[in-house]
Amino acid sequence: MSKTLALFRKTRFLENQIDEFLDCVSESSLVFKGAIKTYLEHGICDDFNASTQQAGELETRGDELRRAIETQLYEQTLIPDLRADVLKLLEDLDNLINITQANCYRFTIETPEIPLEFHSEFMDLTDTVISCVDAVVMSSRAFFRNIEAVRDHNTKVMFYETQADKISSKLKVMAFSSDLPKVEKIHLRYFIERIDELANEAEDIADALAIYTIKRSI
Amino acid sequence: MDIVVILFLTSGLFLGWSLGANDAANVFGTAVGTRMVRFTTAALVCSIFVILGAVFSGAGAANTLGTLGSVNALAGSFVAALSAAVTVYLMTRLGLPVSTSQAIVGAIIGWNLFSGSITDSNTLFKILGTWVACPLLAGVIAAPLYKITQRVLGWAQFHLLRLDAYTRAALIFAGAFGSYSLGANNIANVMGVFVEVSPFTDFDIGGMVTFTGIQQLFLIGAVAIGVGVFTYSKKVMLTVGTSLVPLSPVAAWVVVIAHSIVLFLFASEGLEYLLASSGLPTIPLVPVSSSQAVVGAVVGIGILKGGKNIDWKILGNIGAGWITTPIISAVVCFVALFFMQNVFNQQVYRETNYSLSSTAMEHLVEKGFPVEDLREIQGNTYRNASIYRAAILERTPLTEAEEAMALRFGEIFYTKITPNKLTKIDREWLGEKRSVALEGLSGRSFMYKWQLAEFLARKNTQWKLLEQTTVNKVYNKQIKSRLDYLYRTFSDAEQPR
Repeated sequence: MSKTLALFRKTRFLENQIDEFLDCVSESSLVFKGAIKTYLEHGICDDFNASTQQAGELETRGDELRRAIETQLYEQTLIPDLRADVLKLLEDLDNLINITQANCYRFTIETPEIPLEFHSEFMDLTDTVISCVDAVVMSSRAFFRNIEAVRDHNTKVMFYETQADKISSKLKVMAFSSDLPKVEKIHLRYFIERIDELANEAEDIADALAIYTIKRSI
Repeated sequence: MDIVVILFLTSGLFLGWSLGANDAANVFGTAVGTRMVRFTTAALVCSIFVILGAVFSGAGAANTLGTLGSVNALAGSFVAALSAAVTVYLMTRLGLPVSTSQAIVGAIIGWNLFSGSITDSNTLFKILGTWVACPLLAGVIAAPLYKITQRVLGWAQFHLLRLDAYTRAALIFAGAFGSYSLGANNIANVMGVFVEVSPFTDFDIGGMVTFTGIQQLFLIGAVAIGVGVFTYSKKVMLTVGTSLVPLSPVAAWVVVIAHSIVLFLFASEGLEYLLASSGLPTIPLVPVSSSQAVVGAVVGIGILKGGKNIDWKILGNIGAGWITTPIISAVVCFVALFFMQNVFNQQVYRETNYSLSSTAMEHLVEKGFPVEDLREIQGNTYRNASIYRAAILERTPLTEAEEAMALRFGEIFYTKITPNKLTKIDREWLGEKRSVALEGLSGRSFMYKWQLAEFLARKNTQWKLLEQTTVNKVYNKQIKSRLDYLYRTFSDAEQPR
């Protein structure tokens, strides 16, 4: 009996850790959004550096949580039938944090020149990408608690990803049809793609989640 | 205990071992195979509950096997259990689906044929009916249970990990229930043929609880099942858990529960009494196949999901097994009995003689039995039930009930109530009034079992059997077990058989 109670206590602890990990993913995307806004308005400044540092801390915390969760899942042989799927999901989500952190560093190091006429579209792209990440985090939470809602959230992920593709294409067309020097055009395209990468990754995760959900419902 | 007795019990123990090795996988296979439950936990829970089920609820299904044919010599029981075990082994080697229940029924029929005993056709049809009903019922239970479980889980929205923890606990609970049901239902297969020749006697524990000879016999059988679980079932569990239709742990739980309910329904005397006392139709207590219950449950869920993944060939094989297994087992048993009797010179059955004495005739007349045409065979003694029945049927046609009555009143079993044996009886267990009634018959001899029973009933109403209804079954069973005790104790072996 006490063994069963201990199992439930451990389960609660692990549930909290998974929730905290998903919070990290959400938070890191919001930090990224804030960082881009700051960069567009003020360039590299103290606020931007603070956001980059925060993204780094979230990345470290995310890694710690992911490892702790993975270890416990294996040590306690939990969810044997879905363990591999959950591990893959956590690693893919962790990759989203890695991308946001890496992007913050890229801005710090490469300080791309973003002309004013691009700002609005750039912010649009960032907003859409972050909505996409938010939706995939919601979808992941639903996978753990309410699998019937996964489909709804995944639909949003797909929608935002398509939107992000459209905006990034538009931005690339704008960049390459502008009078900017070639090197800056290429530099801009690189950053557009790095931001859009978040949405693409989120879409891949949503696709995998759809399969995991089918497996869970058998 | 005599070494020969132990030797003869080994075939039953072997059957128990193989049952433990194979059927425990039906209860815990998916849980262990998918690593939801550790093997040691599964084996421990399984063994404990199999023993509890066998000892406390095993009698119901064993009684039905006893009605089909009561193997009355230890060597015969040995051969019957061994034949069933060999049949199970052979069919498993050939890759054919096989059930211990079907094999043991075949073996009993084989023994009946060899010994000239009569196979009770009513009981046989009842048993055959339950074999068909078992997988069907499992499917019928599993499908809605699966739907309800899905609904409840959808509504409760447990976290995946919480659901995992609940499922583990539920699988252990279902496994315990399944093991209890398995023990209760299938111990009859393992030890049923030894009931008549059980070497164990009843004893009281602290004057409170009586541990009957049958319970002691079932305990030994259940321990053999437990040994089977610990020594060999891991391999089978891992195979079943990974190679059967892929099931989620929740679906696996539904399958185990459906299987357990079915086995329990076909084993519970308590439930039978409850249904009967509420005026509802009862479920026959018969050993059924746990593997087929599992297949039925899986198919039930499969049909619910559209029936695309169902291998109908498996169902066909199961149907074929209902016929082939008992036939093979009966043939094996018949041949083995012949060898045991003629090569090893062992008594494989105790000859039961039949005779219609004038007392028996009078009694039959009282019961309104048509005896006019039977006067010419009055006083003749017949070697076994088949010859006796043939002699009667030659002269007068009988209904099934009349036939059963003729067999009951004609079976010779000499008893003598000697003062010496009277001092040794267990007065406490018999009850004071019943013991006094018995003492009143001191010095008297009886030719038939029913004679002794009737004399006792006349002396004291506490010896009287109530009308044969399911509600009265438990009471009558208590009286019958006391009468059986008297038959064993006062059996007069000196008399010619």
